[in-house]
Amino acid sequence: MEQLNGCQGKRKSVDMENEDEAVQPAVPPALQSGPKHERSNCNSTSGNMETSTAGGSVSDERRTSSSCRQRIDSLRKNRPPFPWFGMDIGGTLVKLVYFEPKDITAEEEQEEVENLKSIRRYLTSNIAYGQTGIRDVHLELKDLTLCGRTGNLHFIRFPTQDLPVFLQMVRNKHFSSLHTTLCATGGGAFKFELDFRQMADLQLLKLDELDCLVRGVLYIDSAVSSPSGCYYYENPTDPERCVQKPFLLENPYPLLLVNIGSGVSILAVYSQNNYKRVTGTSLGGGTFLGLCCLLTGCSSFEEALEMASQGESTRVDKLVRDIYGGDYERFGLPGWTVASSFGNMMCKEKRESISKEDLARATLVSITNNIGSITRMVALNENIERVVFVGNFLRVNTLSMKLLAYAMDYWSKGQLKALFLRHEGYFGAVGALLELLNPS
Amino acid sequence: MAAECQRVDRSSHSMDKSITLPPDEIFRNLENAKRFAIDIGGSLTKLAYYSTFQHKVAKVRSFDHTAKESEGDPLYEISMQEEVSARLHFIKFENAYIETCLDFIKDHLVNTDTKVIKATGGGAHKFKDLIEKKLKLRVDKEDEMTCLIKGCNFVLRNIPHEAFVYAKHADSEFRFQNTQPDIFPYLLINIGSGVSIVKVESEDKFERVGGSSIGGGTFWGLGALLTKTKRFDELLQLASKGQHTSVDMLVKDIYGGSYGSLGLTGDLIASSFGKCATADKESSKEDMAKSLLHMISNDIGQLACLYARLHNLTRVYFGGFFIRGHPVTMHTITYSINFFTKGEVQALFLRHEGYLGTIGAFLKGAEEDTSLMPPHTLGTTALSHIRFDPNQYSWGENYAGSSGLMSVSPDLNPMQRARSGTFDMLEMDRLERQLVNLPLLQDPSSYVPDTVDLSEDALAREYWLYCFEEALDGVVKRAVASQPDLPEAVERAEKFRQKYRHKLQTLRHQPFAYGSLTVRSLLDTREHCLNEFNFPDPYSKIKQRENDMALRYFQKAVKSLELLSWEQRQFALVKGLLAGNVFDWGAKAVSDVLESDPEFGFEQAKRQLEERPWLVDSYDQWLERLKGPPHKCALFFVDNSGIDIILGVFPFIRELLCRGTEVVLASNSSPALNDVTNSELQILTQRIAEMDLVIQSAVKEDRLTLVQSGSSSPCLDLSRLDKVLAGVVRERHTDLVIIEGMGRAIHTNYYAMLSCESLKMAVIKNSWLADRLGGKLFSVVFKYEVPLGHKHTTPDHVPGTTS
Repeated sequence: MEQLNGCQGKRKSVDMENEDEAVQPAVPPALQSGPKHERSNCNSTSGNMETSTAGGSVSDERRTSSSCRQRIDSLRKNRPPFPWFGMDIGGTLVKLVYFEPKDITAEEEQEEVENLKSIRRYLTSNIAYGQTGIRDVHLELKDLTLCGRTGNLHFIRFPTQDLPVFLQMVRNKHFSSLHTTLCATGGGAFKFELDFRQMADLQLLKLDELDCLVRGVLYIDSAVSSPSGCYYYENPTDPERCVQKPFLLENPYPLLLVNIGSGVSILAVYSQNNYKRVTGTSLGGGTFLGLCCLLTGCSSFEEALEMASQGESTRVDKLVRDIYGGDYERFGLPGWTVASSFGNMMCKEKRESISKEDLARATLVSITNNIGSITRMVALNENIERVVFVGNFLRVNTLSMKLLAYAMDYWSKGQLKALFLRHEGYFGAVGALLELLNPS
Repeated sequence: MAAECQRVDRSSHSMDKSITLPPDEIFRNLENAKRFAIDIGGSLTKLAYYSTFQHKVAKVRSFDHTAKESEGDPLYEISMQEEVSARLHFIKFENAYIETCLDFIKDHLVNTDTKVIKATGGGAHKFKDLIEKKLKLRVDKEDEMTCLIKGCNFVLRNIPHEAFVYAKHADSEFRFQNTQPDIFPYLLINIGSGVSIVKVESEDKFERVGGSSIGGGTFWGLGALLTKTKRFDELLQLASKGQHTSVDMLVKDIYGGSYGSLGLTGDLIASSFGKCATADKESSKEDMAKSLLHMISNDIGQLACLYARLHNLTRVYFGGFFIRGHPVTMHTITYSINFFTKGEVQALFLRHEGYLGTIGAFLKGAEEDTSLMPPHTLGTTALSHIRFDPNQYSWGENYAGSSGLMSVSPDLNPMQRARSGTFDMLEMDRLERQLVNLPLLQDPSSYVPDTVDLSEDALAREYWLYCFEEALDGVVKRAVASQPDLPEAVERAEKFRQKYRHKLQTLRHQPFAYGSLTVRSLLDTREHCLNEFNFPDPYSKIKQRENDMALRYFQKAVKSLELLSWEQRQFALVKGLLAGNVFDWGAKAVSDVLESDPEFGFEQAKRQLEERPWLVDSYDQWLERLKGPPHKCALFFVDNSGIDIILGVFPFIRELLCRGTEVVLASNSSPALNDVTNSELQILTQRIAEMDLVIQSAVKEDRLTLVQSGSSSPCLDLSRLDKVLAGVVRERHTDLVIIEGMGRAIHTNYYAMLSCESLKMAVIKNSWLADRLGGKLFSVVFKYEVPLGHKHTTPDHVPGTTS
């Protein structure tokens, strides 16, 4: 628990009961029976966490210590010196948001140190970095005003396994000479803290990933009005008429925030500062990709999705109609319902008759539906009707989004609405950036 | 009673004997099979039928005593009669045997007018034609879930220790649950190829509240793809050998440690199979199988918890082929449930989980069948015009005919391995009476009849198993001697020996086979085995002789008691009762003396008793109580025949009657060891009433009542008593319960808490047990208890003699 000193004692947003649990040592959950119990302490097994995140808070001491090197001019205006970054290091992907000031005065331009200039140019003039770094240009937010400065917000990602390459680059660009604070969240902020210090001479400001996530989601929702970053699927149960529609997320509370990264976290958010992690599942994006790699030999998320889009899951799954010949009327189960994911694969002949694409599709459908059904149960238990799905599992994954929209609508008989956000996996990083600008 | 123990040479433990049974020992009583049901699953078939069978019972009949009575004539005669009883048979075998089994059934099914076979399970349609062709029975399909729930209700209600909690690392893996007076509501999570979550609210009301497609089929199907291993069992074996940490992304893989602020430890799985997307090295089959098992178990556990919470249920039973006695999956599911509910909900499993569907299908058929009349033998023919509803009866697991729970753990012992893949059986006897709780139990839901759970107490288990094995030759000898006119008795007795020895061996390796192992279950198993081989009452003649002898002393004993002062008499009555209880063929130490020295008399027994203070001694409180107002009604659970009942119990209750207390004597419905049965007690009471005016008027005025306990055990389970007894207890406002003897007051009920005053009396006639309790042979337990907060008026005078 020591690694976490940086963020202990400041999760005021979390329910007290959870907080309590959080301080407990790593006793096997089986032994932690206690008299208290509310719905919320259904922590997951599966921790999940990964991707995304946003908005945390930092202890005052730490802020003082890390801000001592800030440049005078920024201090005068009560804002941190450039560059402004927010970083979220998940189990699979590192997400980086970078604020590019567009209102740089001539005076500033002259003052700007060469290193800073080179970083800005490098990031904004490329859309790919090294072998695996990518800037999601379509997500770029233009003319955003942050802390009295106007500029563009850039969204960049690269695989967590390439972090050493990134650190090398940071070192080469003499990032540390800028005396900036790098706000980072996600598990990797803790895991790689030492690497940042040793390899890049950078001191990380570690932030809680769920704090950052919530903060990021709420900020983007409020700051980005047009085009709205929030949307839903109209007519989700009718494939012919199912279309994406913008959604105005006014009065967002209470909402269920489902973050699907490598694993999944489900949060109930009651206000900006009041949320709790209800549960999570280890069956997430990492499971989809991991299983697809094993089953099909693919090697990337995009490749897996591409295969899935061409496959047919009903050859792999056993449907209700495969068992009952039609609907299971006694319990109102339509024949097309999946009775057993991969159920047909119990049979040797069927194992030999399916394609890799079918397997990829079945994996996607199983994981997605499972997240859907856990979410639905949590929504019922928490009595929340609005669900926002985020996380990089949903990136370019219309298939899953439509499935989730369908599942929420169908099984709740229209009670639950599934919402999606354009910036899917970047909220943690945004939250980290906000923490730099407005320490909470 | 106690363990019957004649010293004999220890039998060798032959473990090599094949346990695969020939079909005629599997499909028993087929000749009279009446109604069939079949549940065909993915790999196992479960067949159910109802049979009636003839068996011998020992009947006692009073001689006509108005005729001249000569010295030496016995009090009553004993005759062996044939009686018809009803039994349910459930047999489980691999689908591969289905055709052979159907052929066998066809060949042996003679006396049946059955036309229909109820069928359920996924495989029912596949084998429909085969069944119809072979058996010439019409296949009538029943809804799977309805059958499952029906079966589940039936086993929960009728089989004590049906449900258990699984704890892999505990001393005893299986912790059996008490039978709850009310089994509803509960959640049943059936994990077949998919998962169904059913909320059961009453016998007829249940709802499938949810489900999941990630179930046993996912483990099997995905497992087969990932590991190229085809069989479900093999996949489980692989999983039990694997390390999931090389496949799963753990919290510490992301955080470097734990995620402390959320209380998520580093070892938690953050993303199942999360490492497989990037890992360069190939994952082993074992590791992938393990990860898959965790993934699926956790997922099901999580959903189960969410549903349990939503519906506010704490009793959650798991079943389906994914569970079916597999320690690996029971462990992972248990772990998951504990994790997600922080121990608030326990995962419960069922001993007869595999039979639920077929039991339900059978019951469904039985309910619809008006032609199926229950055979009646004990004057209950009034019932025979109504439909046969098995739920109107109480049923008992027959330990002789049932295989018991077996472990299919990968490192199972040789005995279990030999049995897997063969036949498994469950037999349920229809009990003549409906059994209910004693209304005077303080908390029926926490009542545990047995004092020591031998499945948890290894030392005690070893002792008692040894003790019962030692006693076996003596039991065989007595069984043969009880049927001198039947030459084939020797052969039958030998079969009994083999059967019971085999049971003891099974229990040595699987103490959990029939629920918690207890002295009671060992005794009951022996009674079941004796009955199985038509030795219904090996002690009948001994009991007869002792009753005759003791009766002769009755009047003398009463007279000498009357000469004593009130206070002396009270003590003499207790001492007499205890001394009477020394006469017990069930106890080894005593049967030795009785056989070598028949002159061992009542007086000697009294001298043999431990001096006060006794091992447990609340006699002073009892005496004080007696100085107070009389009890309204005393319920007395009696023990042995002969001196015990006649010279011990009768004088004691005579005093109670004189005080103005009504007395209800509860005795066994059928024989067990030398315990006095209800029919014997009726004759004895009649004879005593002829000699004694107090008893005579009490009988006449209905102040002395004889009731059956509903049991045929040397022990006593107060949660399964004859419904009539419970009615009498309530009507008479019973305020004192007396329990006598080792079997009823020590091996069972020693800790039983009653809502009225109680008196537990026994002489410890087993030196090992005496040692354990801190006493010695013939130590006395005299335990008088008054429930907390219970007040009776203090006496304002000491009553004089009342006779």
